[in-house]
Amino acid sequence: MTKDIFVIAEHRRGEIRDITFELLTKGYELSKDGGRLHTVLLGFQNEKMIDELKPFSDGILNIDDEKLKDFNAEYYQMVLSNLLQEKKPFITLLGQTAFGIDLAPSLATALDMPYAADCIDIEIDKERVYTEKQIYGGKISSRVSLVENWGYMVSVRPGSIAPKEGELKAEVTAITSPLKEEIDYRRFVQYIEAAKGEVDITQAEVVVGIGRGLKEDKNLPLMEEFAKSIGGVLACSRPVVDAGWLSKDRQVGSSGKTVKPKLYIAVGISGAFQHVMGMKGADTIVAINKDPNAPIFTVADYGIVGDLFQIIPKLNEKVLEVK
Amino acid sequence: MNIAVCIKRVPETAEAAVNIDSSEKRIVEDQLVFDINEADNYALEEALLLKEKTEGDITLFTVGPKEADEVIKMGLAKGATCGVRITPENLDSLDSYTIAKLLAEPIKEENFDLVLTGCISSDAGNSQVGVTLAELLGIPHASLVINMEIEDDSVTVQRELEGGLLGELKIKLPALFTIQTGINEPRYASILGIKRAAQKEIKVVENITVEGMKTEIVRMYYPPAGKMAEILEGGVEEVSGKLCEILKGKGLL
Ligand SMILES: Cc1cc2nc3c(=O)[nH]c(=O)nc-3n(C[C@H](O)[C@H](O)[C@H](O)COP(=O)(O)OP(=O)(O)OC[C@H]3O[C@@H](n4cnc5c(N)ncnc54)[C@H](O)[C@@H]3O)c2cc1C
Ligand SMILES: Nc1ncnc2c1ncn2[C@@H]1O[C@H](COP(=O)(O)O)[C@@H](O)[C@H]1O
Repeated sequence: MTKDIFVIAEHRRGEIRDITFELLTKGYELSKDGGRLHTVLLGFQNEKMIDELKPFSDGILNIDDEKLKDFNAEYYQMVLSNLLQEKKPFITLLGQTAFGIDLAPSLATALDMPYAADCIDIEIDKERVYTEKQIYGGKISSRVSLVENWGYMVSVRPGSIAPKEGELKAEVTAITSPLKEEIDYRRFVQYIEAAKGEVDITQAEVVVGIGRGLKEDKNLPLMEEFAKSIGGVLACSRPVVDAGWLSKDRQVGSSGKTVKPKLYIAVGISGAFQHVMGMKGADTIVAINKDPNAPIFTVADYGIVGDLFQIIPKLNEKVLEVK
Repeated sequence: MNIAVCIKRVPETAEAAVNIDSSEKRIVEDQLVFDINEADNYALEEALLLKEKTEGDITLFTVGPKEADEVIKMGLAKGATCGVRITPENLDSLDSYTIAKLLAEPIKEENFDLVLTGCISSDAGNSQVGVTLAELLGIPHASLVINMEIEDDSVTVQRELEGGLLGELKIKLPALFTIQTGINEPRYASILGIKRAAQKEIKVVENITVEGMKTEIVRMYYPPAGKMAEILEGGVEEVSGKLCEILKGKGLL
């Protein structure tokens, strides 16, 4: 059995996405168990991406076809199920991203292949594969084994692997696209950009992020006042937008904005990885949460465990005094 | 239009302490409050909105213990037509793949125009069951759907990509969509709805054992203590004062 590792490259609008380099870093480590690391690149006019990807794997399997330009799970699955069946890689890696989430579960099912989703680590022990993941919103970890098979599929949580520089020189193999007819039952139409809001939270030096812990929108003025006192802008987690308390352009996280302020204060936010992805780059992070086990405290530099409705008014007072 | 909606009963763990039981494969559930999975509530609402527009039936499907009837009843009270609860003997060892397999059988038997699931469960968090189910049913899918418009036999959906970007697709029915939170405003059940729900049928599928698990939990454990914030100790007054000093010291105030 080969121990080859395949990484499915992720790109959008001609740009390779960061997750690809994270996967390649992990893939390189895993390939040391006696296999070769291959980047699998499905796209259209791939030359520029190939140049960028070359240092990161032993080989690049390049499938260049106009139908693969913008991600369409149907086309991608057709190409990949053929390819994986033929090449029989030991582990196929994808990102737990909008791309991987749409592709990996059905692809693995079509191949009758064990698939472990949203992993933060992968381990090979002889012929078996084990993965680590977080469940219950990050409060519990779990070790998962994949049942024995010729190959395995694993999707990796973005941001869980620190990408390293590549030192390899990939050999590029062109693979003829097996796609013939147009698919009419699932068509990609267009990309739609997010609407711009009145404040740009990505430019602020101080950001106060509020979460579901705020309970009701009638509590917003309390936070607005605090944000003003501390000289910051108000941002939030996803449920705050879902509930309509703040507009989408205030959302921090993987499906919102990435902020890198000098100071980020997370108030009543649990610290789900999708939120953390958008704020972990802040210089100083403060978390205020009544649950001492909230995962946000593993991201923050300073924490206060307590009820925000008691802490924020007092903190507001002190800030005004000190200023 | 006939719609199937897959809903899961999950524990609310955002604010609760979560403990692992002695088997190391499950959490202790006694002290936890359960509810419908957040994303599934949005999927259900999307189905209810469609039903109001196009007529037809909504069937709810769940794989879970007897107590999962609670979330079915809640859905029936909001306006779903009927429910199916699937409770295999080996409920505790199911993985996402076998959950999808269990859901696929009864769903396949009826001709649904549309199958909706949530985009993620708050406990397992795999974002896997919906898209797996679509493959088992042999119908096209779109995941992380944040907007949908139906015209005749096709649907224009917007998928949520990273950074607020949306990807628009046009998909022919029958299809399966996994619904993202925020797509609509889920309603509450009315008193009348709750009364009516008592008359509606919940079909139970039991005395079966499912095979073909692809993954298995070896062990649950508490996340290793890695980096941890410096927790400021003291009363409200004291911690507020301390934080201000720290921020001032760093030139942040
Ligand atoms: C594909 C996808 C993309 C996503 N993108 C994003 C994203 O971009 N941004 C994002 O934020 N999320 C995103 N999410 C959602 C994410 O998974 C979490 O559900 C969300 O971040 C949780 O928000 P929260 O922390 O505000 O709420 P919860 O997880 O419900 O946490 C609320 C917190 O408030 C605390 N609390 C309650 N009352 C008080 C009080 N009185 N005082 C102090 N603390 C209190 C609780 O202890 C708890 O920790 C995404 C999910 C998916 C599936
Ligand atoms: N046990 C279950 N019963 C019914 N539906 C489920 C079950 N588990 C997962 N689902 C559906 O699949 C979606 C994704 O779940 P998951 O793959 O666990 O993240 C959920 O939002 C539900 O709609």
